[in-house]
Amino acid sequence: MSKLICSSAIIGARDTVERADAILAQAIAEKGADHPVAFPDTAYYLPVIYSFTGSKVEKLGDMTAILDECRGLVSAPPSDDVWLPYLGNALDAGAATLFAFEVIEACKTVIGPSPVDGIWLGAANDVIMRERGIEFVDGTAPGFAAVVGAAPDSETAVRIARELQEKNLYVFMAGAVDGVTFAEQLESEGVQLGWETRLVPFGRDVSAAIYALGFANRAALSFGGVAPGDFERNLRYNKNRIFAFVLALGEVDDEKYAAAAGAINYGFPTIADTDIPEILPTGVCTYEHVVSNVPHDKIVAKALEVRGCKVKIAKVPIPVAFGPAFEGERIRKVDVHAEFGGNITPGFEFVQSASLDEIEDGAIEIIGPDIDEVPEGTALPLAIWVEAAGRKMQSDFEPILERQIHHLINSAEGIWHMGQRDIIWTRVSKNAFARGFRLRHYGEILHTKLLNDYPAIVDKVKVTLITDRDEVERRLEHARKVYVERNHRLAAMTDESVDTFYSCLLCQSFAPDHVCVITPERLGLCGAYNWLDGKAAHEIDETGPNQPVEKGRCLDPVRGVWEGVNEYVFKNSHKKTKIFTAYSLMSHPMTSCGCFEAIIAYVPECNGVMIVNREFMADTPVGMTFSTLAGMVGGGVQTPGFMGVGKAFLCSPKFLSAEGGVRRVVWMPKELKGIISDDFHARIEADGVPELWDLIADESIATAPGDIRTYMEKVGHPALELPAMDTLWEGLEVPVAAPAPTNGKGEIARVEKASSSSAKSAESSFDPVDQPMHRHGRGCVGPLPSVVQNAAPLKAAPEAATPIIDAASKREPVAKAPEAPVTPSLLRRRLRNLTPIPSR
Amino acid sequence: MAEERQRSPREIAVDEASIAMLEKADADGVENDAFSRADEQGKPCVFGTDGVCCRICHMGPCKISEYAPGVCGATVDTVAARNLLRQVAAGTSAHSDHARHLVHLLADVAQGRGGHYRISDETRLRAAARLWGIEEHDLETLECAGRLAELFTEEFRLQDGSLKTLELAPKPRQAVWKRAEIAPSGIDRTIVEAMHRTNMGVDHDYRNLIKGALKVAIADGWGGSMIATTISDILFGTPKPVKSRANLGVLEADMVNVLVHGHEPALTEMLVVASHDPEIRAAAAAVGAKGVNLAGICCTANEVLMRHGVPVAGNFLQQELAIVTGAVELMVTDVQCCMASLPEVAKCYHTKILTSNPLARNDGAEAVHFEPEQGLKCAKEILRKAIANYPHRDPKKVAIPNQQKPLVAGFSNETIFEMLGGRFRRSFRPLNDAIITGRVRGVCAVVGCTNARGKMDEYILTLTQELIARNVLVLQTGCAAVACGKAGFLTPETALEMAGPTLREVCEAVGIPPVLHMGSCVDNSRLLMAVTYIVEEGGLGADLSEAPVIGAAPEWMSEKAIAIGHYFVASGVDVVLGHPFHTMGSKNVTKLLCGELESIVGAKFHYISNPARAVEVICEHLEKKRNALGINKQVERKLLDMKDRRELHV
Repeated sequence: MSKLICSSAIIGARDTVERADAILAQAIAEKGADHPVAFPDTAYYLPVIYSFTGSKVEKLGDMTAILDECRGLVSAPPSDDVWLPYLGNALDAGAATLFAFEVIEACKTVIGPSPVDGIWLGAANDVIMRERGIEFVDGTAPGFAAVVGAAPDSETAVRIARELQEKNLYVFMAGAVDGVTFAEQLESEGVQLGWETRLVPFGRDVSAAIYALGFANRAALSFGGVAPGDFERNLRYNKNRIFAFVLALGEVDDEKYAAAAGAINYGFPTIADTDIPEILPTGVCTYEHVVSNVPHDKIVAKALEVRGCKVKIAKVPIPVAFGPAFEGERIRKVDVHAEFGGNITPGFEFVQSASLDEIEDGAIEIIGPDIDEVPEGTALPLAIWVEAAGRKMQSDFEPILERQIHHLINSAEGIWHMGQRDIIWTRVSKNAFARGFRLRHYGEILHTKLLNDYPAIVDKVKVTLITDRDEVERRLEHARKVYVERNHRLAAMTDESVDTFYSCLLCQSFAPDHVCVITPERLGLCGAYNWLDGKAAHEIDETGPNQPVEKGRCLDPVRGVWEGVNEYVFKNSHKKTKIFTAYSLMSHPMTSCGCFEAIIAYVPECNGVMIVNREFMADTPVGMTFSTLAGMVGGGVQTPGFMGVGKAFLCSPKFLSAEGGVRRVVWMPKELKGIISDDFHARIEADGVPELWDLIADESIATAPGDIRTYMEKVGHPALELPAMDTLWEGLEVPVAAPAPTNGKGEIARVEKASSSSAKSAESSFDPVDQPMHRHGRGCVGPLPSVVQNAAPLKAAPEAATPIIDAASKREPVAKAPEAPVTPSLLRRRLRNLTPIPSR
Repeated sequence: MAEERQRSPREIAVDEASIAMLEKADADGVENDAFSRADEQGKPCVFGTDGVCCRICHMGPCKISEYAPGVCGATVDTVAARNLLRQVAAGTSAHSDHARHLVHLLADVAQGRGGHYRISDETRLRAAARLWGIEEHDLETLECAGRLAELFTEEFRLQDGSLKTLELAPKPRQAVWKRAEIAPSGIDRTIVEAMHRTNMGVDHDYRNLIKGALKVAIADGWGGSMIATTISDILFGTPKPVKSRANLGVLEADMVNVLVHGHEPALTEMLVVASHDPEIRAAAAAVGAKGVNLAGICCTANEVLMRHGVPVAGNFLQQELAIVTGAVELMVTDVQCCMASLPEVAKCYHTKILTSNPLARNDGAEAVHFEPEQGLKCAKEILRKAIANYPHRDPKKVAIPNQQKPLVAGFSNETIFEMLGGRFRRSFRPLNDAIITGRVRGVCAVVGCTNARGKMDEYILTLTQELIARNVLVLQTGCAAVACGKAGFLTPETALEMAGPTLREVCEAVGIPPVLHMGSCVDNSRLLMAVTYIVEEGGLGADLSEAPVIGAAPEWMSEKAIAIGHYFVASGVDVVLGHPFHTMGSKNVTKLLCGELESIVGAKFHYISNPARAVEVICEHLEKKRNALGINKQVERKLLDMKDRRELHV
């Protein structure tokens, strides 16, 4: 019976393309063919069309050619007898439908009705796409369900939505059945909709489903480094990475069949609750293509099975639903049954290790009144005191486990949590209380999830929940002491103080060639993983995405190049990245996946860099928005002059230490300044440039390189004093490998001899950054650049004992890299070649 | 008919159209036909059948037996193997010379000397160029065509090293050929070598001779035939699914019927163009005909069926019967499988027989001079001759059977890729999945000729019907495909009626018949590539010999079929033959062909005269391969977590 599906899909496609044609004609008639058209804040134009065809739709008139293409994709429906093969035709018709949907939705942004209306959100901008995309990368969201239509009643809708949320899936909603929509059904039951709760209402028309696919396509373009127009890779990426499916609820008409055929191109199958024909043989999707007549209580489980999606969920024994989808819930004051902390009462959370025979697993102790013993709306003190034991548990892991408390508690439906350590604030809603949620359930959540998520290091968990003010305060004193100790321990760690870094290949599920190297002083570019996390993650899963990287011999202490790291990166980038520098932007910088919190970009006119955070929407001084920049930087490709980073790295002593560190920063948005203010102040203080804070321009001061330059000159920005950044490494290629001692003493002696002279030459002539910075211990030449240990004597760090670059290599670069020296014009050209800058 | 037939028409043929025409031939006084001549021949010469008649030198001919070696001392083993090798070389030469003509045509087109011929499928041209390692990106279309023609020309004249086309095969297969020392060099050289070593007093080691047969066959399948198919697709268009009809009923009572027959499509392509020419239509109208109806016989028919949906009048053994309809104005033959008897049969009717290839003339037929540059002109002249002959049709002698069946043809590999995934997800994955999950148990290529010694089409149809009922997907070429077309097996409805439930499910999902027509007999190269694509898609072994696929030529008769059988086996694909080669006089050669070859190339021949038994053997073979692959085990559905996904290729 798949003939019926294919016929309907082809007819649906034909009608949809005709409709798109009419709407486009109307839009052009009203606004003219040159009228601009775009989805809000995206660098990916109309993303489905862009990713399939490479065509950049910028004006209404551009869509005429797209619809011509669509007509070429829609063949005649199969004849009644002696029909020709129809599966391929139906898939093509499906693709045409998607293009037509995108044209329709794009026209709406010009002539209305606006796609954003009431509960309907329309297209996600790139900020949302990146933020949420990360969850698809690290597995927090195993996939998404595109719900089309409506459930038979609102209660069923809520049940399905809750189940999808509990399975950590995103729910993208579009389309109606007889005017009823799934999203409105949820809303009528008081369910909180929006990206925060993973329940995303795109639009009332089926065509709004295109936003779900646009999201998926952009994930492939930004995280997967897929080139626009490379539909083959894009769709393969979606099939093998984005585990999405279509839930068709209610009657399936031709238009929906056509949309379903479009989704099958992505490997996204359709699961229907009505009795429509099925397509069971596999091949385009991982398993079946269309499965129908599934009862509502089985439909989520069936959908996951059909998509081949494994969702690991530890059943948490609490009376409310549990899953990351509930993290974004808000609980208003009037809905609160009880709350803790938040500067109203003392509140803190604390994890400490215990020995295995010290604690009883699963013990949950409550000291003080429970929430059913106090009147509604009471604020109680709270200590969440967790003891964890395990053969591999160590004190380094305590803060890591402690940091989980926030999202674990927050994941319970009707419970809200923010902050960490002694600045927590948590609320229990009336609804959750009514369903039986009590204080001990905080303990149940932590016990279940910590054991489940960290099986390699945690064997036993005991939780004590204290609401007795005296006991809370007594223990808080102890906890604070430990917090301080921890701060010191982490701050004392430097890149030089360890032999091993950690990799993060988590994003290789999305950006196959990208390798993050996490050092004590440089956290992962997503901002979520520091060195200790990497270490712990490796303990937890030895074959997992975080692997120890032996530094090996230091090849260049200034730029931060090590033999072992290079080997590791080369192998794991699938031979794409040969040389990796930890501290340089201009010379072999770290690649980026797409999840970075901020982008550093070289501004040639200012001899420095600008930094833009993900949330900043406007054009940056280099003439591109964050999104456009991100499109160039991401995907695991080395782009000298551009780099994605975690925000905390901006305050690290190793931040661009090879090129002048914070002194190079000439511009960042106000918002970013605000976020990093405290740590950045500490950084510039330590670097002896406390005045730098006011010398860094923001969008209120300048938005063009020339204006920044003027400002810099006016205020005397230190970057102007630094050597030219673009020619810094000219002729100074990083040696691919240090000369390996082959036979005994002679060689070693030579190396040692070379080391003393080269260390000297590094300080006197090689290091491009002028002397004063050395006194502040920047880079790994000379003294250990640790803030904590800045009393360290002027002796060479262990790795500085190996030759950096000998004199000969400076005169005649031995290993000339394939790339020409970086010049501003070359940089710009290179960037333009990557993706032409949109002329907006 | 001079004498009473030894076999009645119903003993000769299964389709009513042929039966009716056999009866009509007798009534019209047609002297003889292939069937009656076969019967007249009686039991064939035993020494010839056993392959132990040696006519190679003039100390003979020698009738060799186990007890009586030839004058030179050649044993039954030597002589049987030597004769077989010569036949394989002959078959290879046919396909390869066909290919050579096309290479010349491609070169002519590239140099602007191609007349109305042009590059019809640029995508295929560029894909082929890339496949053979030509950097096509910066080349103009004709430049690219020229480079490809040069490369192909070199495949004929290469003296050292192996053919470049062999690199299309999976790596492990190339290794097998290298190890067995059967990777051929230049096609011409390889055939010359085969002829040399089978001279009197050269190669006497039957094992060495059979390896020689495999080597020369590889030069056919992966060489000549592959080149011929590729160029035909480039010049005339890569086949796409197309509707048409088959059997003698496609002839039209009120039109000028022109039959094309043979194997080379070049002239026929121009006939197709010319038949739509307004001038020609007008000329036809002037003689009272509604137009020119082009129809085909044999593999020229398959070529234009696949690309233009030109209907098929019949397969090999219907070439004479088509004339017997009395409605054929003109039959134009090119090369291969065109019977010597055609002018004789035509004498009973008004039909004109034209030969178009200087290599293939016939005493009683009119020879036309065909130059590609003047192709269209020549085609128009031929059609004018046919039109001029229309008034000579004798209405009393016209009886067109009303039997014809609809069919869907045009399954090139390029089409299979697209029909399984559309433009954006083109892939063999759904087919591989269907095989791995067991919905499709395996793939059997049922190919080859029809043979007047047996009952026309019967074995082919029985085998095909049984295989699809057992959920085996059947791929076809040549006259076997036409047999199935006439029986209605090439419609998608067949899947609903005759295919096993799980094969049916797959056919329904895609909208295909359970029997796929992949082209002419030279297009058996498509089958090699189909299996290669299956292997490359993954999950079904690393070499062709591991995949659950098999070939069958139930009613074969030509030396070309022998070459095809050998290149299948040399490629690791077992072949079932409805009757043995002329080698049964040597037990050793038979043992080698039907047994020992498996240890050398991973495949062997099976001689099976009973279709029911053939079905058993084929299915057993497919299950054996499936078991070896481990896909017959019930596999639980794997649900993928993030770690699993990371391992998937993006």
